[in-house]
Formats: sequence, C-alpha cells, structure tokens
Amino acid sequence: MKLKLKIWRQEDAQAKGGFQNYDVDGIDGDMSFLEMLDVLNNNLVNEGIEPIEFDHDCREGICGSCSLQINGEPHGPDRRITTCQLHMRKFKDGDEIVIEPFRAKAFPVVKDLVIDRSAFDRIQHAGGYISVNTSGNTQDANSIPIEKQNADDSFYAATCIGCGACVAACKNASAMLFTSAKVSQFALLPQGEVEAHERVISMVNQMDKEGFGNCTNTGACYVECPKGISLENIARLNREYLSASVFS
Amino acid sequence: MSVLESKIPEGPIEKKWTKHKNEINLVNPANKRNIDIIVVGTGLAGGSAAATLAELGYNVKTFCFQDSPRRAHSIAAQGGINASKNYQGDGDSDYRLFYDTVKGGDYRSREANVYRLAEVSSNIIDQCVAQGVPFAREYGGLLDNRSFGGVLVSRTFYAKGQTGQQLLLGAYSAMNRQINRGKIQSFNRHEMMDLVLVDGKARGIIARNLVTGEIERHSAHAVVLASGGYGNVFYLSTNAMGSNVMAAWRAHRKGAFFANPCFTQIHPTCIPVSGDLQSKLTLMSESLRNDGRIWVPKHEKDAKAIREGKLKPTEIAEEDRDYYLERRYPAFGNLVPRDVASRAAKERCDAGYGVNKTGQAVYLDFKAAIERYGKEKAFTSGHKNPSKEEIIKLGEEVVESKYGNLFEMYEKITDQNPYKTPMMIFPAVHYTMGGLWVDYNLMTTIPGCYAAGEANFSDHGANRLGASALMQGLADGYFVLPYTIGDYLAEDIRTGAISTETEEFEAAEKDVKDRIQRLFDAKGKNPVDYYHKKLGKIMWDKCGMSRNAKELQEAMEEIKELRDDFWANVRVTGKAETKNAELEKAGRVADFLELGELFAKDALERNESCGGHFREEYQTEDGEALRDDENFRFVSAWEYVGNPRDAKLHKEQLEFENIELKTRSYK
Amino acid sequence: MAGISKTSIARKVAMALSGLFLVLFLAQHFTINFTSVVSPSTFNEISHFMGTNFVVQAILQPILIAGVVFHFVMGFILDIRNRKARGVGYAKFNGAANSPWVSRNMILTGIVVLAFLGLHFYDFWIPELVHKYVETHPDDPYRYYDETVAKFAGDPFRTGFYALCFIFLMLHLLHGFASSFQTMGVNNKYSGAIKTFTKAFAIVIPMGFVFIAIFHYFNNL
Repeated sequence: MKLKLKIWRQEDAQAKGGFQNYDVDGIDGDMSFLEMLDVLNNNLVNEGIEPIEFDHDCREGICGSCSLQINGEPHGPDRRITTCQLHMRKFKDGDEIVIEPFRAKAFPVVKDLVIDRSAFDRIQHAGGYISVNTSGNTQDANSIPIEKQNADDSFYAATCIGCGACVAACKNASAMLFTSAKVSQFALLPQGEVEAHERVISMVNQMDKEGFGNCTNTGACYVECPKGISLENIARLNREYLSASVFS
Repeated sequence: MSVLESKIPEGPIEKKWTKHKNEINLVNPANKRNIDIIVVGTGLAGGSAAATLAELGYNVKTFCFQDSPRRAHSIAAQGGINASKNYQGDGDSDYRLFYDTVKGGDYRSREANVYRLAEVSSNIIDQCVAQGVPFAREYGGLLDNRSFGGVLVSRTFYAKGQTGQQLLLGAYSAMNRQINRGKIQSFNRHEMMDLVLVDGKARGIIARNLVTGEIERHSAHAVVLASGGYGNVFYLSTNAMGSNVMAAWRAHRKGAFFANPCFTQIHPTCIPVSGDLQSKLTLMSESLRNDGRIWVPKHEKDAKAIREGKLKPTEIAEEDRDYYLERRYPAFGNLVPRDVASRAAKERCDAGYGVNKTGQAVYLDFKAAIERYGKEKAFTSGHKNPSKEEIIKLGEEVVESKYGNLFEMYEKITDQNPYKTPMMIFPAVHYTMGGLWVDYNLMTTIPGCYAAGEANFSDHGANRLGASALMQGLADGYFVLPYTIGDYLAEDIRTGAISTETEEFEAAEKDVKDRIQRLFDAKGKNPVDYYHKKLGKIMWDKCGMSRNAKELQEAMEEIKELRDDFWANVRVTGKAETKNAELEKAGRVADFLELGELFAKDALERNESCGGHFREEYQTEDGEALRDDENFRFVSAWEYVGNPRDAKLHKEQLEFENIELKTRSYK
Repeated sequence: MAGISKTSIARKVAMALSGLFLVLFLAQHFTINFTSVVSPSTFNEISHFMGTNFVVQAILQPILIAGVVFHFVMGFILDIRNRKARGVGYAKFNGAANSPWVSRNMILTGIVVLAFLGLHFYDFWIPELVHKYVETHPDDPYRYYDETVAKFAGDPFRTGFYALCFIFLMLHLLHGFASSFQTMGVNNKYSGAIKTFTKAFAIVIPMGFVFIAIFHYFNNL
C-alpha cells in the first residue's frame, strides 16, 4: 500500500520544528508501524537525507521506548499496544498519517520524534523504591504471605512501561496515571507500607515540580495506555496522598 | 601453564563460595567513599550491581544507551527465574539446580561458578520479594512456581509473562534509592565507545553522549561491563534493536579474552519471519510448551497443501499429525531443552514438513490443553455431562488466565486467533552463552575490568536453560560482584581519584573520534542496515542452527569481504555533533562485522557438537549432538591480535569433579 | 499538612469539594423551585424563610458565594495551568477517540453556567437586593411566586436561554459529579452505583429546572 506521511522534524531541542510531507510505497499489512518508518528512513538515506529519529528498542511492547502521536492518538488507533506493535493492516492504501512527538512541557523534544522523558525517572528517584538493602540478608520470601488479590493488583500497577502515552493522551498532559501506578505498586504490598506516606508525598511533589498538568479524570490515559493501567490507581493515589497529608 | 587463571577456590564445591568470601580482602567503609566504579549497562546484572555497589558506599556511575536504565532489554524476559527454594517439595536442591544447569549446558560450563549460582539463587527470590517485586502467588498468599524446559521440578518463579520486567523494575528501584542518595550518577543516552587502560588496568571509559554527540572521558578504579549479549550479529533476533557488542568488543580489543563466541541459543518458540523488511523477531515464552503440543503434518503432501493455502491445520486428523518431540523424546516430550527443540524443528522443516508460506514454521497446538482443562473445570464446578462446546469454552478460559497476554500478543502480530487455530512458531536467535572470559571473581583478563550477566561466558556452557538468565544476571550483580570487586579494590585505597587528563585518555579519545570520522569519510552508497542484513544472512545460513566446516570457512571469508566493503562504502548521514541514530548503528555494526568472523572461527575450531553448537560432521546415527569430551572439554578464550581470524586461542580446561560426564539424553 | 494547598492533588480535591457543595446547593434550590409548580403558597413560604432568615442570609449565603467564586476561579486557574502543561500543541489531537466530550470541555460548560449565573443574578438576586436593601420595601411574604413566574411568562427567549444553560449544567455535572468521587479517592465496588446515581442526578436536576421554566412559560401563555 501507498501512504502519505506528515511528520514532525526538528533539528534539536532549541530548533523550531515543522512538518514535512513524505510518500512511502510498498507497505505490507503485516509490517509494524516502525518497520514502515524503517522503509521510509532507508529511502531517505539512499537519497542522502537525514533519516527521521524516533525512539525504539525492544520492538515487542515492553521496554516503553517507542512513543509517537499517530493521527492524534498516542501509539496510534489500535488499543493496548505500543507503536512497535501497531501493524499496518490498521491502515488503508492512500491514507494520510500525521506523526508527531508526544507533547508535554515536561517532555521536551530532543530531535524529530525523540523526546526527553527523564521527568518520569526523576519521579521514580523521589521515592519509587522500598528502602531495603540488596546485600541479601533478608527474610525468607514466603515468610510474608500476601493476599493474591493485592499481589495481582500490585503486579498490574507494576506493568507500567513508562512510555508516556498517558501524558500524551491527557488534554492536561497530566502524569497522574504513571505516578499512581508507581505509588500503587508499593502501596498494595506490606513491604511498601512502612514508607508509604513519605513516598507518596515526595513523588507527587516531584511530579508537580516537573510541570505536568492536573488530572481532570477524563480517562483518556487509561484508554490509550498500552498496558491498561487502571484508573483505580489514580483514586488510590489521591487517597494515599490525602491520608499522608492529614496524618503525617 | 595457560595464561588463564580461573582462581577457583580450593575445597569441596559446596564450601568454595563461603570460604572464598571469608578469605578475600575487604575495603573499609571510609575508603569506599574514595573509590569510583563505572557500570556499563543497566539491565539485571548492571542495575543490581550498581545498586549494591552504591549501597556499599562506592561512587558509582552507570551508563546506558537507552533513555532510562529501566529500558534495558532484561525487561523483555518473559517466563521466569529459577531458584532452588524447593517450595513445591518436589525434591529440588542447590545440587539439583547445579546439576541441571551443568547438564543443560552440555558440560561446557565451569562447575564452581554454576554451583555458586545455584547456592545464591534462593537469596535472589528473598531479595526481590523484600524489594516489592510482585511475583505470582497462590490463593494462600504464598509464592507460585511453574516448570520449564530441561528439568523435572517446578522451580521457576514468575510474574505472568513479564518476569524480566518486574525484576528489572526491582533492580531499578534499588538504583533509584541510590540515585536519590547521590551515590549513583546515571548517564543515560550514553554509549561506551572504548575502554581506557592505565598501566594495564581498566581505569575508565570513553563515552559518547548520544544527544549532543559529545565525546566524554570518565575515570574509575574499576569498570564493570554488563552490556548484554551479541545476538544481534544475526540481524534478526529477539534482542532489542539497540542491543550490541560494542562495550564487550572494545574491551576485547584492549586485551579481554572473548570466550566461546559460537555458543548461541536459538530459542524454539518465536513467531516466524513474515517478510523481508522485518526488523525484529518476537519470542513466545517457553512456558507455552508446558501446555502446547508441537507438531507438523505426518505426510509431506499435507504440509505442501498447507503451504499453498489449500489446507488448514485444523483439518488434519489426529493420526496424520507428527508430534515429533513427543515421538523422539518420550521422557521430556515438549519440554526438552531449547537447543534440542530448535534443532528438531529445523530437522522437520528441512525435510519438507514445515508449514507457513515459507515452510519455515511448525505448529504449537493448545487444543488438547483446552480440552483437558475444560473437562477438569467442568468437573470441579459440578458439571458432570458437559457438551463439547462447554468444555472448549471453559478450557479456553483456563488457557486465557494462564497465557492470555501471550495469546493476545500473538494475535496482534499475526492476525490469527491461537485459541482456534494452532500457533505457528520457528526458532530464532535469543541469547548468547559466549562472552567475555571471566575468572571466578568475574574479572576479565584485563585487571579491574569485570563482566557480568549475559556479557560474560561463565555459567551456561553451550546451552542455557529457561529462566536461568535472570537468575545469573541478578546473582552476578547482587551477590557475587559486590564481594569479589572489593578484593581487587582493596589495593586501590591509596590511589586517589583517577585523572582523565592523561595520555591514555587522550589517546583513547582520539581513537574514538578518528573512528567516527572514518565512518563519515566512507561516504559510500549503502545504508548501515544493508550491511547488517547481509551479515545476518551469512550468520544465519552458515553459523546458525547447524554448521559445517566448509560453510564456516566461507562465512569467515564473506564476513571479511563485507567488512572491507562496509568501511569503504557505508553511507552515514547527518553529523557527529547531534543525535544521530545512523551513526550509532554504524558503530555497532562495525563491531559485529569483526565479532562475526571470530564467531565463525570459533565454531570452525570446535570439532564437536555440544549444546547450541551443532556441527553436522559430529552427530550420532539418529541425529543427536555428538560431544567430544576428550578433545574439547575446554573453554575457548580468544585473544585479540589484530584481525579476528588471527585471534589467538587459549584453552581453559574444564574439570568435572562433582558431576559425571554423560551423554545428554532427554529420551 | 503545610504546603499541601500548593500541590496539584490538593487543588483538585478543593475543586471536588467545592463542586460537591454546589451540587448540594443545587439539590436544595431545585427542591424549593419545584414547589412553585405544585404549590405556590409553599413556594412563597419557603422563599420567604430563605430570604429573611438570619442564618441563611448572613452565614449560608456568604459561604455559598465563596463556594461559587472559589469553584470558578480555581477552575480557571487549573485550566490555565493545564493548558500550559502541554507546551507545544498537537497538529492533530483526536480526543474523541479516548474520552467523552463532556470530560474534555468542563471549562466550556463551566463558562456557560457562569454566564447563566450572571443572568440569574441580574434577574433575581440583584433585584432582590435592590428590593430589600436599596428601595427598602416592606416585607411581603407573598411576592416570590409572582415575581418568579413573571420572568418566564411571555418571554420565550429568556425561557429558551434558561433551558439551554441548564443543558450545559447537565453536561458539566455529567462529568463533574462522578469525577469528584474519583478525586476524593473513591473507586471501589460501590463506584458503579455512584456513577449511576451521579449520572441520574446530572440529568434529572437540570432537566427539572428546565421543566419548571417551561411550565411557567406555558402556564402563563
């Protein structure tokens, strides 16, 4: 199939970017979206034009590197997948596809479609851990039984891949789904309870400092999240934060 | 006497590690504050090492090419992590895990290292649970286990199909704590371009800031390479697109021996290649073999009809199917080790029984499992006379609860529903057992340069068992390296900070810059990927699942020619001073083009079949691997002397005192 | 506790609390207004009580005004901050694919409701103040019904505008009422029921107001 692409190009963080139009031909439905971009880039290199930079690594939907706002939606029109898992069979011959970087003040563009998501890392540095030494002098793993439901919910929160689709989809560029997943993962386990108050306060403070917007419960984040991180986590974050503010 | 000193401690195997820990030198806490360590790579091995070393008090700098340490490719590991906890009471023990691993590796790994791995395995689980890793649990609240290929016990801990992700996030959380304390400085989007040696010791690295293109000097008292494997030398593999051999290869060129490069794991259950422009292969967890049955049509005409699209797999009667693993290996059936399963699939496809348009695929069928689980479920819910439809419906629910995410992933990629029609799978390059040679302390042949995780060669011999990679990465990082590195650094407490304003750093930086310039100067006609794909094809066709002397020789020639062509004709667009993905790829492919040749040479020199290394000349009458313990019971450690083909071989003889050498049999 | 008023979550909670308070007020206002349909005398009685009772006038009314002012000032502040958080805007943003229109346009529906409040004040509250404190008429407990009805009688435009504004209020509430529970941290097995209740409330109450307006309009043709 043949496609018209409208892609954001930007030399570096300081440069003023703009859209460029490209045509690409010979695209097969079984190809992934990124493989389609590979084809385009290969053509560009052959013409001596600098190829389009985009983040990608594992190409199986788990590393969270790939991003891209495709036709107005993070990771494109399909659900519960990342861009690397989006297949071209979701498009038709002759389609025009608009490809932009994820936009948020806290995610500045590095080059073309590559963005800087280190704000997420800094939120995790602020408290995304349990203060236990890694020296191995811990108690037996089965000495604390954990209710299956809580263990499972903690796991589901922990499946967040940190891709930033939640921020990109949110009309407010809010990072609440991400932060709430990180907080919930620990809040649901007895190991994480000890530092729960301190953790939620430092992580929320850091989130605010990074310049993300407020949550207005539109739910777009959940719909676009490749891992389907639940909105319950946001409610839990609110709850944890309120109780931490009131009781400590 | 060989130059290779493995430094295995004396004494009975189960006492070696304890004894060693008691005897090695320690660095006092006040002195640790004055010692810097560089960790390259932030996967399970690098991340856990960085966190633990920082916690001990060293100043740690981590480097990763990804935009966050948490994206290292350990994150993609699906199935699980082994530990000899014996929670299931099925007779597991440290010894049994040790035995299984050595046997699984076809007796080409170092006994003492493997025993230590088994010994610390239980501790890994304790550690991870304490860190808040949400492993799967049973309704009673205790940890659940599942079984994996090549073993007869259930010792695999897991978190659905995302165990690697959960463990890596655990290690990353430990890193976060140290980053927050200021003990780890993490350099993301940085690539190690060279290792810097001062007076023969590893004292730093040259790194490229991938955003600004700046070439930076970083010094330290020791350098840990945890940069993963080199499976991407095959172009198509289950590795991440960015996974590369640069760090290890640069160290190799500076004097670190490269061990067993030809030992590569080809994983049996990957989604088959669909087209020429495919960039990457996707693994389906080995755990699927617990319930899926692997088959091809019994009759060639059926296979042909399927390839032509005239017949559907569901239309083939039970008696016309060949469940070849169950037929050939009745004891282990579909759960034989990976190398055996992969080779058997290739054998069937080569014989003309392959399915898929390309003929390069076999079926993995869940029909029997769906029916079995459906009946069980119907029975336990008091449904004594369920109809066939009810059974299938209930069975599909059970299968969904176990493998739902994997089935969904398969459907997304192939557009086929694996509940209704069998999955198609084919082997793909997955893991490299070979890597930098290390002694018992995980130090390479360069003093002060350590290698951990997949980057070293030590624990898996010629074939790795499922769920052992995560175990090894974390064992190295959390429990081994933090002890052994102190032994070396105890000598360095008076050294003081290492200056980067020295001749050695100057020279290394110049080399790196010159090399980048050479890539731009080529100004030829072909993009980097053109060379990478060509290299991959040579590797897969001639150094893949089965190898022979003639083709390996051809491969060495072809790779050399390709390398020369690359340096003359590669086209790298853009500039060195900005983010430049083409330049990054070019540097990595340049190293693969050297490694590939050494790989072929290593395979050519090893005149035996063992584990993942199958030489057609050395097989039994019924096509099983024929090992030669008398002549090849050693580790091949290659010393760099210029051209890869001229590399000098050093042998580390392997002694088996605790396990009897046997022909590996899964029949 | 210190400093929490500056964080995003605290602001959201304040927004939710003030919203819930206004919802309560709305329910009360509706109940009183509805009596005008059933029984003009009851309507006059309650209205007189509300208009002359010291607690209502001196304590509750200022709280209500503060609540309204806070809710819309905070609403504007949050909206401005949220717009800033995007930085560079998208060329194409397909919000309809992942979220309901009402949830994305609270500021728009809010502004319409605010405009309505302006009209409402102009229609009732300012005349009421003038009546009571500027022109200082003697207390007349029977004037309320007639005054109210007079606003709608014979004025299809005003009645229509009222109806339109209440439709916007409904849209505002359809998202806002349920959303405030999520912001307060309530998301559990009762959430389904809460959602149903809030949706029903969001439709019934504003439509009830519309009904009252139309009733008086047609009743006095």
